[in-house]
Amino acid sequence: MQEGAALAGLRVIEWAQFMAGPFCARLLADLGAQVIKVEEPFIGDRSRREGPFPGDIPHPEKSGLFLYLNTNKLGITLNLKNPHGAKIFQELIRAADFLVEDFPPGILQEMSLGYEDLKEINPRLIMISITPFGQTGPNKDYKAHDINIMAAGGMAYVSGDPEREPVIFAGAQSEYQAGLNALVGGLCALYYREFTGLGQQVDISKQEAIIAILEHAIPTYSFQGQIRKRSGNRHPATHPSSNYPCKDGYVMINPATDLQWKAFVEWMGNPAWTLDPKMDDRQYRVEHADEIDEKVIQWLSQKTKKEIYYGGQERHLPFTPLFDIKEVVESAQFNAREFFVETEHPEAGKVKMPGSPCKLSETPSKIYRPAPRLGEHNEEIYCGSLGYLREDLIKLRGAGII
Amino acid sequence: MTKRFALEGIRVADFGWAYAGPYLTKLLADMGAEVIKIESRTRPDIVRVTGPFLDNKPGLNRSGFFKELNRNKRSITLDLTKPKGLELAKEIIKLSVLVVENYAPRVMEKFGLHYEALKEIKPDIIMCSLSGFGATGPERDFISFGSGQVPLSGLGYLTGYRDRPPERTPMAYPDPTSGLWGAAMVLAALYHRQRTGKGQYIDLSELEVAVTTIGGAIIEYTLNQRIPERMGNRHLWMAPHGFYPCKGEDKWIAIAISSKEEWHSLCEAMGAPAWCQEERFSDPVNRCKNQDELDRLIGDWIKQYSHYQLAEILQGRGIPATPVLNAEELIEDPHLKQRGLFVQIDHPEAGPRFLTGPPMKLSESHSGIHRPAPDLGEDNGYVFGQLLKLPQAEIERLLAEKVI
Repeated sequence: MQEGAALAGLRVIEWAQFMAGPFCARLLADLGAQVIKVEEPFIGDRSRREGPFPGDIPHPEKSGLFLYLNTNKLGITLNLKNPHGAKIFQELIRAADFLVEDFPPGILQEMSLGYEDLKEINPRLIMISITPFGQTGPNKDYKAHDINIMAAGGMAYVSGDPEREPVIFAGAQSEYQAGLNALVGGLCALYYREFTGLGQQVDISKQEAIIAILEHAIPTYSFQGQIRKRSGNRHPATHPSSNYPCKDGYVMINPATDLQWKAFVEWMGNPAWTLDPKMDDRQYRVEHADEIDEKVIQWLSQKTKKEIYYGGQERHLPFTPLFDIKEVVESAQFNAREFFVETEHPEAGKVKMPGSPCKLSETPSKIYRPAPRLGEHNEEIYCGSLGYLREDLIKLRGAGII
Repeated sequence: MTKRFALEGIRVADFGWAYAGPYLTKLLADMGAEVIKIESRTRPDIVRVTGPFLDNKPGLNRSGFFKELNRNKRSITLDLTKPKGLELAKEIIKLSVLVVENYAPRVMEKFGLHYEALKEIKPDIIMCSLSGFGATGPERDFISFGSGQVPLSGLGYLTGYRDRPPERTPMAYPDPTSGLWGAAMVLAALYHRQRTGKGQYIDLSELEVAVTTIGGAIIEYTLNQRIPERMGNRHLWMAPHGFYPCKGEDKWIAIAISSKEEWHSLCEAMGAPAWCQEERFSDPVNRCKNQDELDRLIGDWIKQYSHYQLAEILQGRGIPATPVLNAEELIEDPHLKQRGLFVQIDHPEAGPRFLTGPPMKLSESHSGIHRPAPDLGEDNGYVFGQLLKLPQAEIERLLAEKVI
């Protein structure tokens, strides 16, 4: 047990795949909860089949994505479709504080494992349910991947070039947003439970998680009656505010305030094109963006990313270079904060990955164990916690229940 | 029994400004925490002075985004550069369980409001600091803003069309994401405090938050020493996968085919054209290889349909397809109406306007929007009069001396 950790003593049952649910459960584990990841026998979590794999050789125990999202958890296998499996699941729920699940709406209810059923077994259970469109509503049964959520969540419409199709964030961000909302909702329910003694269900819609971070789009419509549209590499109200090529890559140039514009002009050596007082007006610069871009790109062609970054900081200009992953991993700032962590996995070996971006002074996030192999803790949980004998496990395995 | 708010009884001294800190406290305020936003008359929150403004007319109390971000909160004004202002801030902190701030790291230190100092006045205080680079490290004092951390995180380089430089991101992604991370850590700290009586300090780096969202790409490099490149809207193994133009002006549908069954369903939906049977589209490997041509052929069929209509048809066949929705379409959307995501809140001057409600629904505890965002200093009377119990005469004196 993780003594002294914020969530020490709490138990989480996770039945979720890919990113959102597992990410939420991973963060609960990092804070000290015991997380038991329940996977389908033989097949396991979908992310075991997604890379990156060392040497590009797919292997269910060596998926980088799986390792990142499932470090710190115990792993068991269980076939919920089997009635005996469903009964075992109920036993697991009896002792659990959280259930993190991502079944399509209605499926658990059909198996008599819906929230109404589970709260009878364990009134203190906090059930975190993550789906693309929520537990209710006309679209609740719609299928969606990240690109679909970005479309239905309003993010695609405001992302990319107005003259062509939208382009969305890399990395399946709707999964992380949903996972974080799930965590916040679940921890609110935990706090509330301290006073009421009762659990509840937390209904997370990936679509709603994205809509919540659209920033200006909804207020622009609500308070101005205007529909915000994507504006590509340009900001509608200020220029420059773009990514530009420089000598050895790309940098983001964004002198947003009048002071910053003056500092930028000075840095460029007060060239002729900046001397016209009209150039000090933001709106004028927006209208002459093409001309400005040409000049800025010319100036940048002689400057490296590092020169722009550090030179910018000297002038109070937060111009940032577009680091590729190698540059990110090698960055002094991350290494000084020991942000990257290395886990040691029995099959995948040493894997370096992002750690926690938050340092808590009393209850820091910790790595307690590597990601589980498929069914690795069957004996520990079924025999150790639920009282089965080893021979029982053989029978359960034979019958396809675990 | 009427539902109570999950975070009833939690008072927050909110020094947050701009986006990240206020997003964190918005999450807490939506769940019933009493959030006291400590603002400055001389240096108002940048979001108050940037639009979108009500009816396009600027004003400190007219920013639509401010209203979206700061609903449910209370606003007081304090001049922290004056000793009396600082003293009042400390009085408010004494009555609070949590302090949230997202200034540059040295600022709270300069005011004498850093964690070590606050612990002296309230030993079990929880303080959450969100900053661009974190509270430590060689770059901790670098100036930064939310969007600016995207390039440094690696997310910037990976985002954009395949045939172009990295694309500018549409919103300051690290800010609300940091707000979410911060809220989660704060809630864990609150729980820990319930059990042990101890507070703590939370040091959040927005840059690191952004890196956690590209864990897969990071591991691609640390495992295989390969630098991932931009994929645009394409996917490693799903094809078709992208946006396709539909009937009408700037209308698109997103389609992602992730199985044999979905591919066959799509072919059937298109009326089983002969080209679907060709070898070059027969499996995911081939479809990925011939994706340009695949997109062109599918696009030809799709363009006769409206985005909503086609999404319904394809979803009816179990195909992941969704229309690209703009703000108006979101607010009018039947599914979102049923979910009650957008709520009309009556605003002074503006009248009823839609705000986005909290994106998590809790079955037993109440959450939601119970008051509009405050005008600047609107709650001075409540906080200084009722909470701190200062006599009216003193409040007026403090106002005259510009302490409040």
